[in-house]
Amino acid sequence: MVKAIVLTGYGVNCEEETAFAFRKAGAEAEILHINDLIASPNRLQEAQILAFPGGFSYGDDTGSGNALANKIRNNLWEQLVDFIEAEKLVIGICNGFQVITNLGILPGIENRKPQRTVALTHNNSARYECRWTSLKPFSKKCAFTKGIDSIRLPVAHAEGKFTASPEILKQLNESGQVVFRYVKGEELAKGEFPFNPNGSAEDIAGICDKSGRILGMMPHPERNIFFTQQPDWNLQRERLRRAGKEIPEESAGLKIFRNAVEYFR
Amino acid sequence: MGVSLTRLEVSFQNDARAQITKKSIEKGGFKAIEALSLNDVYTISSDFSQEQLHQAAQLLHNPVTQTFSIGKPLAPKEFDWAIEIGFLPGVTDNVGKTASETIRGFFGEQAKDARAFNSTLFFLKGNFSQEEAQSIGEHLANPLIQRIHVKSREAFLKDNGMNVVAPFVKLHEEPKADTVNLDISDDELVKLGKHGVPDKVGADGKESRRGPLALDLPSLKVIKEYFAKEGRNPTDIELESIAQTWSEHCKHTIFAAELDDLKKGLFKGLIRAATEAVRGQKGPKDNCISVFVDNSGAVSFDENFMMSDKVETHNSPSALDPFGGAITGIVGVNRDTMGFGMAAKPIINRYGYCFASPNDVKLLYRAKGKGNPILPPERVLSGVVDGVQVGGNCSGIPTPVGFMYFDERYKGKPLVFVGTLGLMPRQVNGKPGHEKKANAGDAIVVAGNRAGLDGIHGATFSSEALSSGSPATAVQIGDPITQKKMSDALVKEARDQGLYSSITDNGAGGLSCSVAEMAKECGGCTVDLDKVPTKYAGISPWQVWISESQERMTMAIPKENVSKFIDLMERRGVEAMVIGEFNDSGRCVVNSNGKKVLDLDLDFLHNGLPKKVLQSKPMRKGVKEMGFTEPGDFGKALLDMMARLNICSKEFVSAQYDHEVQGSSVIKPLQGKGRVNGDAAVVKPVFESNKGIAISHALYPGYGDIDTYWMAACAIDSAIKNLVAVGAKLEDIALLDNFCWCSSDEPERLWQLKKAAQACFDFAVSFGTPFISGKDSMFNDFKGFDEKSRPLKISVPPTLLISSLSLVKDVRKSVSIDPKFEGDLVYVLGLTKAELGASEYYRMRAEAAGDNKAIDGVVPHVNADKAKKLYTSLSGAIEHGIIASLQPVGLGGLGVALAKKCIAGQFGMKVDLRKVPSIGIDRNDSLFFSESQSRLVATVAPENKIAFEYALKDCEFARIGVVGGNFLEITGLDGGKAANLAVKGLEEAYKKTLRDY
Repeated sequence: MVKAIVLTGYGVNCEEETAFAFRKAGAEAEILHINDLIASPNRLQEAQILAFPGGFSYGDDTGSGNALANKIRNNLWEQLVDFIEAEKLVIGICNGFQVITNLGILPGIENRKPQRTVALTHNNSARYECRWTSLKPFSKKCAFTKGIDSIRLPVAHAEGKFTASPEILKQLNESGQVVFRYVKGEELAKGEFPFNPNGSAEDIAGICDKSGRILGMMPHPERNIFFTQQPDWNLQRERLRRAGKEIPEESAGLKIFRNAVEYFR
Repeated sequence: MGVSLTRLEVSFQNDARAQITKKSIEKGGFKAIEALSLNDVYTISSDFSQEQLHQAAQLLHNPVTQTFSIGKPLAPKEFDWAIEIGFLPGVTDNVGKTASETIRGFFGEQAKDARAFNSTLFFLKGNFSQEEAQSIGEHLANPLIQRIHVKSREAFLKDNGMNVVAPFVKLHEEPKADTVNLDISDDELVKLGKHGVPDKVGADGKESRRGPLALDLPSLKVIKEYFAKEGRNPTDIELESIAQTWSEHCKHTIFAAELDDLKKGLFKGLIRAATEAVRGQKGPKDNCISVFVDNSGAVSFDENFMMSDKVETHNSPSALDPFGGAITGIVGVNRDTMGFGMAAKPIINRYGYCFASPNDVKLLYRAKGKGNPILPPERVLSGVVDGVQVGGNCSGIPTPVGFMYFDERYKGKPLVFVGTLGLMPRQVNGKPGHEKKANAGDAIVVAGNRAGLDGIHGATFSSEALSSGSPATAVQIGDPITQKKMSDALVKEARDQGLYSSITDNGAGGLSCSVAEMAKECGGCTVDLDKVPTKYAGISPWQVWISESQERMTMAIPKENVSKFIDLMERRGVEAMVIGEFNDSGRCVVNSNGKKVLDLDLDFLHNGLPKKVLQSKPMRKGVKEMGFTEPGDFGKALLDMMARLNICSKEFVSAQYDHEVQGSSVIKPLQGKGRVNGDAAVVKPVFESNKGIAISHALYPGYGDIDTYWMAACAIDSAIKNLVAVGAKLEDIALLDNFCWCSSDEPERLWQLKKAAQACFDFAVSFGTPFISGKDSMFNDFKGFDEKSRPLKISVPPTLLISSLSLVKDVRKSVSIDPKFEGDLVYVLGLTKAELGASEYYRMRAEAAGDNKAIDGVVPHVNADKAKKLYTSLSGAIEHGIIASLQPVGLGGLGVALAKKCIAGQFGMKVDLRKVPSIGIDRNDSLFFSESQSRLVATVAPENKIAFEYALKDCEFARIGVVGGNFLEITGLDGGKAANLAVKGLEEAYKKTLRDY
């Protein structure tokens, strides 16, 4: 069975729904405290998927994701690189995305060394934004997004503005590492609030590494697993009822977790 | 190398916070700022070399977005003023704490004494005077907890930057317990109770006291008698301990007092009596599990879980420091969940704020001569909203519903309600999850944060009116991450491993209350204060004992589990310490520095408080109608109503409170394409189950001026109705009461209180909805001065918040407020009567007429039998899936409900007021804005017309129109067009008022 390790501790708070999403997608999922992993780093070898869930590690103090990234870099760096080099999957969601960019494994490590070239910084509103966004996938290589044409997911963060130099943005585009962009209907959001909820450069909501096996994204796929989690499910239900159609139980976010599990089948 | 202080300044290349800060300053009434930038500053105390400091800087900045500088200023080229804001010594500095931990995590043992302190440095370009720059600083900071340091460009350049300041706490006092002489006159005793234990006389020759004990003369006499029997005077810690335990805040002396003919008092005689009566009525269908005995109340969820609920207030601290007061409020009520039974998991936060209008900029003062000004309502609002945001979001608890209510009388003391629901297994290790018992021989263990001087006298302070003597140490800032780590370790691990036998939180009164409270379970305790982890040295024993430092839980742990528990906590980054032992000695004993400093009879401590006997005095008022003429432009009246603070969109709050975390959101705070605030939310807390929890609330403080009985009845009806509207059933609903009263030593106020409590009994029993938990805050008065030093007192209007919760048997059947399709039929359910007394409409008219003091008229009455019939029939229709949308009618009446539906669905409606079921109404405005209770507006698909009307056949209802178009088109009582309003216009009116917050 495919196993996912979902890290927790120090203010991470989406570990339960993330583990549930993996289980629903057919994986075995274990919530593991970061200190327990530091105490037995070889436990990483048990898993095929490593998830850095959302939350508020260290309360975003010293920059979102920074303090937890420091702790991981100080204690688990070699094992983490081994995990990545073993061609396994890594996903960082929201605070998890912030952690792995600060950690320097996204957009990618080089010669086993961290590369910190992109950042997630304060939203343009300088405020926490909890709202649903529409996204379109742009990467052909990302292992998590196969078969997704468009998807709606909620964001909930204070520091989600994707920032990188023009050179890095160019590289990310050229190597197909831009996974999600915020859109307004069929068009790109072009920075327009609230479609692009934070002012991210080029409407970028998620990126992957060059291999497509490490994904970081601000929106929360684990919060769109059930039909009733969608913001307009009541309207959709009414539409389906009147058309005499069955009302589904599941929702679109599950596909991202299913893709991860499928990858190893 | 010796220890030295170094400033590390970190600057963003592009900082969104700077733009928002600039806007906030300009909104605060200052002239335009040409440019503003800011630096995050870490003042590091260490023996680091330059290279080590450089490494530390690498840890604390982001190379993609930030630059840094060590030991020298990092200023923009052009600026006129530099303003630095840092914390005062002892104030919680979360960023500094994380930075310290980060540094120690990297350098290890060699840096174990290194510490970092966080501050923020603002650079302003603009033509300001020194005074203006200083007051900008005061706009950005709160002098009670922060230091403000302003330098002109010249001074900054001359000094080579800002000063190096590390706010270490330095206490020089020798920590020991003093004896307090009770052999004094009654006058002196009164002074002791009001202002506290005398301190040593200061250098200025003035006598200072330690802050309110809030003990009245009868209580002090009983204490004096007790110690006379013991043959000694009390120590300061004993007196403080008794004061905490006996405080109004902890013992609810007014609700416990004999009042008029109510021998059992308001609580036992009415509130708890209602619950007992309901439980009796329901018999085997009784869903109560734990009521009024623990930190939260609980009802059944399903065969595996129960749900707990608790709503607290944090009014006084929020008046002094809105951010700190609100964050400690929400994080504190989370601990009422963790401290319920064997520890429930916090799954929902809720909030409610009563403020004065943010447009009111006239200041009031706590001291004569414009001394000690209150914070303006706008700052209270933004600080409170922000505090609950940080507390809730950082803790990963969704906040799906809440409210904001405005009345000018909340200016001196805002009300801040915060609540938390918890989920708890019915069985924990084979025992009922809601039961706990500390056993003699169990270790007393305290976990979480350390004790400090912050939060001294919180309990006694909130039992007093807010005046110039209010202690600033009552102010604290929460540390939600420290609590989150502890919460996870307890609720997700230690509980289910069966490591402790009892648990409670440290709230009001700190250890003095939590330990003594748990000691009741076994009959005694001994505590060694030297073992209590403190934030710094030099704290006196009484301060350690009553400190309300946040984020601490107290546990009773069987000896054999102690090391396992401490080890688990250590692995989760949580500090835990054995501080004593529970026993069955019948005494509460505290030792400090090898000496016994407290030795009290436990029974006296808990039950020695003399019961009060109170008398109320009727405050009758004849009802007279207001006699407003019908407005010429009816449509404009509706637009004006939509824009009112009490009705307009609160989207800016809903969107910054995470309501999606835990993946449980079903009915959300903003509904429909038009994002309209709903009155109730539904969440689905267990992934594998389709059962849900609905929560709502209601309050009508305005009605209380006319009649507190109907004020309470209306709040109960609305809190129930809101839940029924989203899919709850009457039989599953439970209630919570929060009384926030004023001047509760005045017989007239007590009369109002008694009336409200009587309605709580009457309507809880008639609806069959039990109260499961409650809280009261009895002295929400402000005593101070206006700008001309004239004394004034502002009392909040008697405020009763009714919060409600319910099981929802299947969340897939829940209904939102937004109409879904054109052509759907619009129904009004319930009868509209001429009940506009103190309505939002009358308030608007009175304000326009320049006299909002004399609001009168008939307030809505509630007919519980009719309402029950409607709610039960409605639940049946929801169950059958034949309702497309439902909006309860509340403030602003039918007009506002219809307009909200139009905005939410982004559809127009054609409605005919002649069809609305009503009695005694002959005017469009009365019909449209009456706030008669037990009413809702539904939309229904035409194909469900017959089924819907059949389901409601025993109720008063009528089809009044149809969904469609882009206008709300209203046919008046005379058959003519009363108004025709574009949905876009209604939306603009609804959203404009608080858009820029």
